[in-house]
Amino acid sequence: MQFFLDFEKPLIELQQKIKELREYSSGTVDFSSEIKKLEKKASKLRDEIFSNLNRWQRTQLARHQNRPYTLDYIEHVFTDWFEVHGDRNYRDDPALVCGFARLNGEPCAIIGHQKGRDTKEKVYRNFGMPHPEGYRKALRVMQMAEQFNLPIFTFVDTPGAFPGIGAEERGQAEAIARNLREMAALTVPVIVTVTGEGGSGGALAIAVGNKVMMMQYSVYAVISPEGCAAILWNDGTLGPQAAEALKLTSSDINELDCVIDDVVPEPEGGAHNNPAEAAAQLKEYLVKHLAELQQLSPDGLVEQRYQKFRAMTRVNE
Amino acid sequence: MAWFKKSKAPIAPAEGKKVHVPEGLWTKCKNCQEIIYTKEIERNLNVCPKCDYHFRISARERIALVLDDGSFVETDPDMTSVDFLKFKDSKKYNDRIKASLKKAGGGDAVVTGSGTIEGLPAVLAVFDFSFMGGSMGSVVGEKITRAIELGLEMKAPVLVFSSSGGARMQESILSLMQMAKSSAALAKLKKAGLPFISVLTDPTTGGVTASFAMLGDLNIAEPRALIGFAGPRVIEQTIRQQLPDGFQRSEYLLEHGMVDMIVPRQELKARLSQILRIFQQKPAPGEPLPVPPVVEEAAPETAPAADTE
Repeated sequence: MQFFLDFEKPLIELQQKIKELREYSSGTVDFSSEIKKLEKKASKLRDEIFSNLNRWQRTQLARHQNRPYTLDYIEHVFTDWFEVHGDRNYRDDPALVCGFARLNGEPCAIIGHQKGRDTKEKVYRNFGMPHPEGYRKALRVMQMAEQFNLPIFTFVDTPGAFPGIGAEERGQAEAIARNLREMAALTVPVIVTVTGEGGSGGALAIAVGNKVMMMQYSVYAVISPEGCAAILWNDGTLGPQAAEALKLTSSDINELDCVIDDVVPEPEGGAHNNPAEAAAQLKEYLVKHLAELQQLSPDGLVEQRYQKFRAMTRVNE
Repeated sequence: MAWFKKSKAPIAPAEGKKVHVPEGLWTKCKNCQEIIYTKEIERNLNVCPKCDYHFRISARERIALVLDDGSFVETDPDMTSVDFLKFKDSKKYNDRIKASLKKAGGGDAVVTGSGTIEGLPAVLAVFDFSFMGGSMGSVVGEKITRAIELGLEMKAPVLVFSSSGGARMQESILSLMQMAKSSAALAKLKKAGLPFISVLTDPTTGGVTASFAMLGDLNIAEPRALIGFAGPRVIEQTIRQQLPDGFQRSEYLLEHGMVDMIVPRQELKARLSQILRIFQQKPAPGEPLPVPPVVEEAAPETAPAADTE
């Protein structure tokens, strides 16, 4: 399905033109020099657009509906995947997928938010906003990973935990809080990748890792730009301004020098232009970090994780 | 009917007889709308004598209410927030910090320290909602984490009294990380077998509820406090439905199994000491009984006027 953002439009149009010229090219007419010229132009245009994106545009990229989601990364990076369902208390939450697979032959556990692409699937996945039972399922799988001594990979991509009556009734806050505490005590490696939107507590509840990475065009913040604008200026349409204030891009957060370990570069024009390449790039980072963490003892892993989060402080005293 | 037309000036109030009602002498209860003599409310621990509504109180008042007189030793009183993102909404974050510091006379949205409750040593962290809505940035997260670590060191129970709108937006991602940091410290406390008591007071929402405030071995709420993850306004806008009566109030949370008990302010200290006595760690055979630490110097207890807005 053709979907593009406003600032992608000139680029898409150019690419369309190139495609048409290619189709016209036959034995009799040769457009190859024109095509070459246009391709050069397209690449220049892409560099121009993508090197000057503001924070709101990067937020839109992070939410791009063609962006690879957790199940896409699983397909490209892992083998032997099987999904498990349910928190054993209430129901299964399709907004959070959990299961087991292999990375380069090594068994591991996988947890990630899942969004949908078409309307039907978006609704089924609740737009990637989990309920408490989703977080409880994730915790169940994490503790199972600990039981079988498997490393855990988590993929973060959510606007936030779902704010609704049922979610409150069943203890959304308690479910998130418990995950934060229990993840801190896990004796196996936990490697977190923010792939799209890192939305507040709903993201953090699966993101207490020994290593935390962000994809180049992902965002991570304490609140969505729209939510921030609604609270600060009583106007949810001021998201663009709030995005600037929140400093939520991977480069902003990398500058703080204490929250993330790596920014994973994306293919030209963003991960959605080439999901396979994006996944291949990410795989290299996952393998690298796992090898590092496997040098640590179980207690060493807990302590490394504790000290990592302990250091996230900026105060005057 | 001539007297209808009489053009006589109204009786002027006699000079010097005008009744002056000083500002703040009377307070209108937010719940029952009764006008009550402010002193009477204060005498009643800032609880409305007519309807039992619990007014918000400052951190210092809370400490005076719970701890034994003169036992409080404050930790990190001078830690202040940094505007490392140069955050600006209608006001600069830096100016907000300065204004709040001036209003509160130092500190941030939480006051931490140790003291005794009916003679039992405990570490406390108490939120001050009047400081930027009790929001949690680096300072709050750090002070709470240190309080938990102090509990570990002293082998003392840790109590947090929450009253907060959640994470502080002005510190964006680092505010979020305070949730993970403080909860990680609680994992250590739990492993050490020390009690953590969370007291939820009006209001406790957002990132504070979604971290330490819900992680008490016991969660205790004050009557009718608003406690939730998402604020009621956000929920209403998301689901476009009217929220049920009493939604996200203490009584609702008790019914749904999220808090252990609701304790009125007047009974809080006695109940806390009762709990701490039950949860007190028994010394291993041969080890001496724990002795409460000697308090060197009584911190000056200045109880500022009640925030009765």
